[in-house]
Amino acid sequence: MSVITHERRSAARTALPLKTAALVLLLISAVVLGTGLGSVNVPPGEVLGALWRGLTGQALVGNDVIVWQIRLPRVVMGVLVGASLSVCGGAFQGVFRNPLADPYLLGVASGSALGATIAIVAGWPRTLIPVTALLLALAAVTCTLALAREGRRFPPNRLILAGVVVGSVLSAATTALILRGEDRARQVLAYTLGDLGFSGWPDVLTVLPYAALGGGALLLLARALDTLQLGELTARSLGVPVERLRLITVVAASVATAGAVAYVGVIGFVGLIVPHVVRLLFGPGHRTLLPVSALLGGALLVYADLLARTTPLSQVGIVTTLLGGPFFLWLLRRQSSE
Amino acid sequence: MQSPASSPDRLEAHDVHVQAGSFPAVRGVSATFAPGEFTAVIGPNGAGKSTLLRALIGLTPVTRGEVRLAGKPLRGWSRAERSRALAFLAQSEGLPAAARVRDVVALGRGAGDWRFGLLPRSPWTAEDEAAVDAALDRTDTRRFEDRRVSELSGGEAQRVALARALAAQPRFLLLDEPTNHLDLAYALDVVRYLRCEVAGGLGVVAVLHDLNLAARADRLVLLHAGQVLATGTPREVLTPAHLHAAYGVRVRVVQDSDRLLVIPED
Repeated sequence: MSVITHERRSAARTALPLKTAALVLLLISAVVLGTGLGSVNVPPGEVLGALWRGLTGQALVGNDVIVWQIRLPRVVMGVLVGASLSVCGGAFQGVFRNPLADPYLLGVASGSALGATIAIVAGWPRTLIPVTALLLALAAVTCTLALAREGRRFPPNRLILAGVVVGSVLSAATTALILRGEDRARQVLAYTLGDLGFSGWPDVLTVLPYAALGGGALLLLARALDTLQLGELTARSLGVPVERLRLITVVAASVATAGAVAYVGVIGFVGLIVPHVVRLLFGPGHRTLLPVSALLGGALLVYADLLARTTPLSQVGIVTTLLGGPFFLWLLRRQSSE
Repeated sequence: MQSPASSPDRLEAHDVHVQAGSFPAVRGVSATFAPGEFTAVIGPNGAGKSTLLRALIGLTPVTRGEVRLAGKPLRGWSRAERSRALAFLAQSEGLPAAARVRDVVALGRGAGDWRFGLLPRSPWTAEDEAAVDAALDRTDTRRFEDRRVSELSGGEAQRVALARALAAQPRFLLLDEPTNHLDLAYALDVVRYLRCEVAGGLGVVAVLHDLNLAARADRLVLLHAGQVLATGTPREVLTPAHLHAAYGVRVRVVQDSDRLLVIPED
């Protein structure tokens, strides 16, 4: 009997690296295809060659400039944004024990978008955009939590309703700002629909620390988040300071969300859906859920952007919402029928 | 007030008061809980049983008086030491449905190693693995350790929750109505598993509603309106006079072989 369980356990252990390897391949293929396909098609071999020449400091030839200066920053930004939103979604869902929680439904992303829009319309330096995004993200999530709070608890329905209300108010404010800043209207409109088109290396480098710090902090909280799934009282009895865990999770997720939203705008459903898919494939433990969500979210967003660039859907935020909405409904039905 | 050398390994409440908002939920409870002893805390709804339990493990602040573990005030123990020594089973422990049994039980080992309370615990050791195995074995949950929680019956899930609490290898286990929505067979099951642990030296403090189940404990603490109405062996506490004072119900207490039975008169 114990032999059987050992075999089963080791089977589960080998399945994990296999599935992870498949996801890594998915991410690599996303990067290569996302870099290669466009108005000028660069075959995968040539993409890899260009990457190699750039990384080893050799002279760039042929399409290498397109790869390095136009396509790659956009793809890397896509990976960063998809990974950040997905990790944040997983962490929010865990810390509030609410399957609907994600940066958008809690109003964090709408706050970031308003902060970024203020900086864009005011014509402030580009590196300031994530800073204002973060400030407004924190203000937004504070409002949401204050509205949703019932004593020590955040009842699931109230949390989502409060987030939707806060998000709507902030989105209206963002729209009002756009209508005033006419000369930059095209850029800001694209922004509110979620667009990777304006990403250059400087933006990528600015976003990187937000994704790394926010996402990295969330990964460290994985075991505490796992313990919280046993219930708040039980987690506290096991030594988890629940209030502190909530605070740090919300702040870290706001940092990563602000970075993700700052230059590319509102990209819905990624943070909501990716953690659910990962839970189906890998189980609910946050130690795998969060890093694997980053992998899958990064790959998914690059593919969605590829679809946006090569079809009339035109913007990545439109793609994720059009495909993500129905997919999410399917997930809901599937879960309620279980 | 001070009971010096009396308490090498005991969990003690000294004149404990707990304020729940403006409501004094616990008003001056003194009680001693010993290792290797099964204590049931009984009393009507709102008597302060759950609040007392939470105060005993430091989950609810004590407004007056003091809880001591092994003679030292609970405040003097670190979060880590406290969570290692005192395990808690909440009233309806929400086990994550999609998690696997073994993973849930392993979370019990998280007790005690949190840096700042949040960062990852120290590396998983063979000792941790052995403690999880032992907890699974002692609750007979080993054979479905790979199943998901959603696939378990209510009674099986409660045993998994028990295994999770035992995995920490605590000195005391405090349970808030562990038999709450279990049928008779499962409820007796839980008491039997607890009995085994008590025989092994664990101190068990359980809030129980079923007086006939509580009659199987070594000691009873009968609470009423936040105060101790009676304490002692089941025979000493389960008297018609005490129970009428606490519950306002007339009962008959009869002896059946070596067990007490409480039968309502109305």
